[in-house]
Formats: sequence, C-alpha cells, structure tokens
Amino acid sequence: MESLQTIINEFTVIIRTAAESKTPIIIRGSGSKDFYGNQVVGENNGSLDVTTYSGIVDYESTELVVTARAGTRLADLEAALHKQGQMLAFEPPYFGTTATLGGCVATGLSGPRRVSAGAVRDFVLGARLLDGQGNDLRFGGQVMKNVAGYDVSRLMVGAMGTLGVLLEVSLKVLPLPQAELTVQMQMNEAAAIEKMNVWAGKPLPISATCFFDDLLTFRLSGAELAVRAAHTKLGGEVLVTGSAFWQSVCEQTHNFFQTQQSVWRLSIPSTTQTLFLPGQQLVEWNGALRWFVNNEAVDAETIRIVAKKAGGHATLFRNHKLSAGAFQPLDPNMMKIHQRLKQKFDPAGIFNPGRLYPEL
Amino acid sequence: MTAAELVKAFRVFLPAEAVLHQTEDLRPYECDALSAYRQTPMIVVLPQAEAEVIQILQLCHATQTPVVARGAGTGLSGGALPHAQGVLLSLAKLNQIIEIEPLARTARVQPGVRNLAISEAAKPYGMYYAPDPSSQIACSIGGNVAENSGGVHCLKYGLTVHNILKLRVLTIEGECLEIGGAGLDSPGYDLLALMTGSEGMLGIVTEITVKLIPLPEKAQLVMAAFDDVHQAGKAVANVIGAGIIPAGMEMMDKITIHAVEDFVQAGYDMDAAAILLCESDGTAEEVADEIERINAIMQQSGAIKISTSRDEDERLLFWAGRKAAFPAAGRVSPDYYCMDGTIPRKHLADVLRGIENLSNEYGLRCMNVFHAGDGNLHPLILYDANNPGELEKTEEFGAQILEMCIRVGGTITGEHGVGVEKINQMCSQFKTDELEIFHAVKAAFDPNGLLNPGKAVPTLHRCAELGAMHVHQGEEKFPELSRF
Repeated sequence: MESLQTIINEFTVIIRTAAESKTPIIIRGSGSKDFYGNQVVGENNGSLDVTTYSGIVDYESTELVVTARAGTRLADLEAALHKQGQMLAFEPPYFGTTATLGGCVATGLSGPRRVSAGAVRDFVLGARLLDGQGNDLRFGGQVMKNVAGYDVSRLMVGAMGTLGVLLEVSLKVLPLPQAELTVQMQMNEAAAIEKMNVWAGKPLPISATCFFDDLLTFRLSGAELAVRAAHTKLGGEVLVTGSAFWQSVCEQTHNFFQTQQSVWRLSIPSTTQTLFLPGQQLVEWNGALRWFVNNEAVDAETIRIVAKKAGGHATLFRNHKLSAGAFQPLDPNMMKIHQRLKQKFDPAGIFNPGRLYPEL
Repeated sequence: MTAAELVKAFRVFLPAEAVLHQTEDLRPYECDALSAYRQTPMIVVLPQAEAEVIQILQLCHATQTPVVARGAGTGLSGGALPHAQGVLLSLAKLNQIIEIEPLARTARVQPGVRNLAISEAAKPYGMYYAPDPSSQIACSIGGNVAENSGGVHCLKYGLTVHNILKLRVLTIEGECLEIGGAGLDSPGYDLLALMTGSEGMLGIVTEITVKLIPLPEKAQLVMAAFDDVHQAGKAVANVIGAGIIPAGMEMMDKITIHAVEDFVQAGYDMDAAAILLCESDGTAEEVADEIERINAIMQQSGAIKISTSRDEDERLLFWAGRKAAFPAAGRVSPDYYCMDGTIPRKHLADVLRGIENLSNEYGLRCMNVFHAGDGNLHPLILYDANNPGELEKTEEFGAQILEMCIRVGGTITGEHGVGVEKINQMCSQFKTDELEIFHAVKAAFDPNGLLNPGKAVPTLHRCAELGAMHVHQGEEKFPELSRF
C-alpha cells in the first residue's frame, strides 16, 4: 500500500503539472454526484481521483469530532459513528453507495435533518487542502470554537472543488436520537406550510418535515418521553416505515423524483406561499426547500425569477438542459469577489473550471 | 488629504455632531475593552443610515484613508483599536430592529443593535436569539458578526455563524453585497461564513438577518463537585459519551471556586478540586429525562457532591458564581490577564497540569474557568503590575499557555478574536502559505488594505508585538459586565 504522504505527493505533481500547462483537472471521488452542477469546461482534461486518500484520521466520540480523509466513503464514516451512537447530523444524501466525504463537502448538500440540526457547513470545523499551486494547507481545526483566521474551511463547502483539493475534513458529530417517530396527516399545501412554520417556532422535537400529495409527514426525534409527548400534542397517524420514507426523500428514490423531466431545487424562505409553477412539487425543510419537476412548460429564467422574488434561488438539480446553467447567476458585485477568490486559490484556473459557474 | 480637509468633506453630507475631531471628543474611542492598547483616531464618524456609510466609505476609498469599524467597543482583543491616520467608523447609531417576522422566525436588524435587545424584542413571540456572549447586555450584533461570538450555550445552539441568514455588506468602495439569503442556503461560495469572524477586515456590515429559535420550556442545572480535576474532565466526557448535549457545561478549578465563593456565596463546595455546572433545557419531558441521566453519570464519575437546582432562583444562584469569575479575580489580585484558548477536551488534565507547572515556574497564580463542553479555556493569570517585571512575566506565561493550546491541537483564540492582541501567536498557529491565503482573502474584498489595517492577520515579514488584556486594580472598561 502506498503511504499517505506518497499519495499527497502524487496529487501535488498532478496539480503542478496541470498548473504549468494550464490544463484543467477534474477532481473526483466516487462520481456519485457527477450529475450535479455544470460540466467542467475544456477537452482532454486531466483528472484527480481522491478515493485513494481515504480513512478516518481521528475519532473520539466524547470529543464530538471526527477527522477523515476526503476519499473516505460516507458509508464507512457513518458506520463508524453509528457504532459509537453518533451521526452526521446534516443527514447527507449519498446518491450512490460509494459516495465520499470529499464529494459531500464539495457539493455542500444536506438532507431532511438539515432543518433542525443544520447543514454540512454548520458542522465543518476544519479542512486540509491542496491549493492551485500544490501547497498543503490547514485551516480551522478539531475544536468547536476557533476564531483564528478567516473561515476558509467553511468556504470549501459547496465550492464544487473550484478552490482546492480537499484532503481531510474535521466535522462536529452529534449523538443519535434515542427515539424517532414518523407521523403523517392529511392537509392542503397552504395549511401545511402554515403548520410547519408555526411548529418550528415552538419548543417541539421535530427533526424533519415533508409535504407531498396532500400529505404532511414529519419526524419527531429525541428522548423517548419527549417524542411520545409531542406526538400526543400534535396528533397524526404513525408511519411505521418512517425511516425508509426519509431515506427515499433524502436519496431521491421517492416516486416524486422518478422522472426524465428536469428536477429543480428552490431554496426560499420557509413561509413563502404555494408556488404557482405548473408541475409537481415536494416540500421539505418547513417550506424552505421546494422540489419542482418541470414538465418543460416553464423556462429556466422564469423559475429563477420566481425563486429570486421570493428571496431565494433555484438550482437545476437533475436532468439538465445544459444551456440553463445549474446554479442561479450571481450579481456582478458578488461575482467579482468570487473571481478574485478563485484567482488567489487557483491562479492557473485548473480546478473544476466551469463546474460552479463559467467564470470560475 | 489632511484631517481638516477630511472633516470638511464629511460635513458636506454628515451633520456636524456626527463628525468628531477634537481631542477630547476622540478620547472615548481610543480603545475597546482591551484597554491596554490605546490610540486616538484622526476622526470619528457616527452615521445614522446606510446611505451615509456608503458616502463615508467612498470618500475614504477615494482618499485612501484607513477605516476601523466599531460597534459597542466591548471587544477583548483590540479589534476596534483606532488607526492614527484613520477614520473610526462607529456603527452605534445604526441601532434599529427593522423587522421581526415571528412566523419565519427571523429578525432583520442594524449592526448597532445590542445582542440582548434582539432577544427582548423576540420574547413576546416566545423566541430568542441564541448566541449569548457574556457581554450581551452591551455588545452589538455587528460586533458579534465580526468576532463570530459564542456564549455559554454554543455547544448546543451554535455560534454567530450558525445563527445568521443574511448580511448586507458594504465594500471599501461603497458597493453593496447581499450575502446569504432569506432561505437556508445561497448560490456560490459561502461568503457568509467568510464574513463571520472576519474582524472588520473585509467589509462593513449594515444589516443582519438573524434566526430566532423558540424559548425552551424549561431549564435545570446540575452542580457536581469533584476532588480531582482529571475526574471532572472524565465526567464531562462521560456525559457527552452518553449521548447528551448539555445546554451549558462549565468547569471551575479550586482557586476559582474559592475566589468566587468568597464573593457571591453560591454554595460551592470549598473542598472540591473542580466544580462542574451542567445545564439541560428543552421540553419538560426532555429536561426530566436528561437531568436524571446527568445525575447518574456524575455519581458514577465519582462526584463528591451533587446538587440539582430546585427552581429558577437556585439555577441562577448556581450560575452566579461562574458568572462572577472575572470580577472575583479582580478582588483577589490587583491585576489579571485573561487568556482564551481552545483545546480538544481530552487534553484538559494535561493542559491544567501544564498551567500549574508554569504557574510555579513563574511564581504567578492562575485561575481556570473552562467552557468544558466545547473545550474553550479561560486561564486568568493573577499578577501585580506594580511589581517591576511582573507584567512581562505574565505575558510570557500567557504566550506559553497559547503555545501549549496549539501543541495539543487547539487554537489560540476560541471566541475573543485575534485583533491586535494575539497577532503574534497567529505566526505560531499558521505557516506562511496559510497566512498568504488569509492575505489573499483580505485582498479579494479590500485590495488596498484600507479596512482595519494591521489587525487579525500578521504581515509575513513582521509579527506584531504581543499584547494582553491587562486589568489594573479593577479598572476594566465596562466593569459591570461579567466576563466569561
């Protein structure tokens, strides 16, 4: 087996060679999220497979912190945490059994529990990365509170690999809830949006919500007694296949997502009224996340205007019409800052160019 | 441009009373709560609206004048120390709570709003703003964003970065950036994270949208005494290992217990080597369940005495001692110097032993208060500045503690920020390539380095002088604020 430093040295050589010839390289883990984002620009690009750099570096459950290499499979990481009664509280979607930690952080995607526990970025404490010159850098650390220097490790979350090659990530972890119960009740969308928001303003142990097809599904998590008390208070029919249900929403194996049409993700204020877009919708995160299957009756620009007017943004998540671009365009002022950051981290422009925006 | 010319230019769009330039008017702004560092600014401006801030920044940019932003001036690392040739931009008059949206559970506020005022305004809706730095009655939310402030409850409820949704930020050119959004995420890079804790180096925040969360139904506190520090540390690990995330988890060592018990009579066990305060909050059922488990764990972990608060008065009494740690230090010693390192908790016993050894070596006493849940250590070195050489010894002692924090995998500042105070230790924590990235991030927002120059990140060729939070004879700024 290659030593870990040998692997890093190989990465560095690939980066420096690519930087010299200004040839883009595609940073890739298992490829489980290849569908997400834009295509990297250019032809005959090189690639950097990070799956060889894997394994848990350090994990002590009582510290609530795990540090793992970017190529570590999420499944392996979560198995290790579960063994100690802990979890990644942002409930990351895998989109493939071989999904890696690096891809999880680079895409910055979180699952149903995000609404109560927080997103990937909320749990990132530190990162080790290689920049566009092949420098081996560490930011943040393995402690919860750390205000030394700018928060560069969180900047990597959702950057789609355009700023650096993630080597290691430290994450805060949380205990698994003692008990969970999934409950359903019939109502229309307007009532569901109202209810989810009212509940979120009360001290209730609701860890996930989903509305689809006139059915509000929510999950209670916490101490056995607290879960039972909340169920008594809120009512609803128990769904015995609760964990399979949330799995299907998180991994998009739910019927709603089984389509050849484009799937849009609208991230908007949770209190936004029902969006009048022709096509099926599935609501998560108390209304802050609206999935929309576009039967191609609506053009991309219209969807983005709807999202922006509501105070949010829209992502073309699956089944791309490439011309539309996956992500909501940025205002020129914001793009200028993005370009300057990209220029500093990756001066030769070799890391996944175009994957996030054509300008980056 | 000379000071007189700048004053004239500011007065074109600012009322006379919003432009200060006489020495006696500038004096109150010469330091923040780290009063060992003082510098009179060239001019102080006090805008009342974002439009005025834009004009101020445009003028400063055009004339290449340094700008130092200031909120309430309660910072502990000298982050708002003025620049001699610069403008001190006070945001204290931008102090409006613009809007509270109870259903969306958000508040839109200006930067000069006090932290606690947000929670007070949200209270009628059964909600509050979670981060609760100890200076929360005075500190401003804009300053909280600049420092990524935490508080006693941040293990469970997070820091500022976890509790804000959106910022309006002005660049030094006076351009407005909308960072974050009204939803739970936004497209592009996470500039919201980059801005939070950036110590006024990247932009001027003029509006903040914060998250509000429901007030817990109930809170209860377990106080456990241990005759061994190592065992108390083990107890913390056992609580967390049992799957409990306490709302607060604080530790005090023997010298602290004695100092505060003399001061507030909270009923602490004077024989204890360490006391743990462990708080549970949530629904009545959750709290009942958790408190029972915490009690059992404390017992199994070898606590010599355990008390559970019976009512709200007793809960606050148990807390009172902990919150009085800093004033108590001021009572038992003419001066003290507060450190702010974070360590992986498993190294607590070793680090405390290390501090004890250093304490003997330097012949200086040291009290230790500890946010045990998240590993944030506040050693208070007791000294007397009137003894020649003692201040220098204290600074050396403090620097050694921070170096020790780095050595065990921790950090030089958990929550007070780098400011001017810890700029030297930044050189110990980060290597040149990493510091270069920090400078590059700064340049991406502020290419000419006009915002808060000389703070937070040391220049590569020279690490600035080491400083300290020196409190002489209790002459602390804001002495009424608890510091913990």
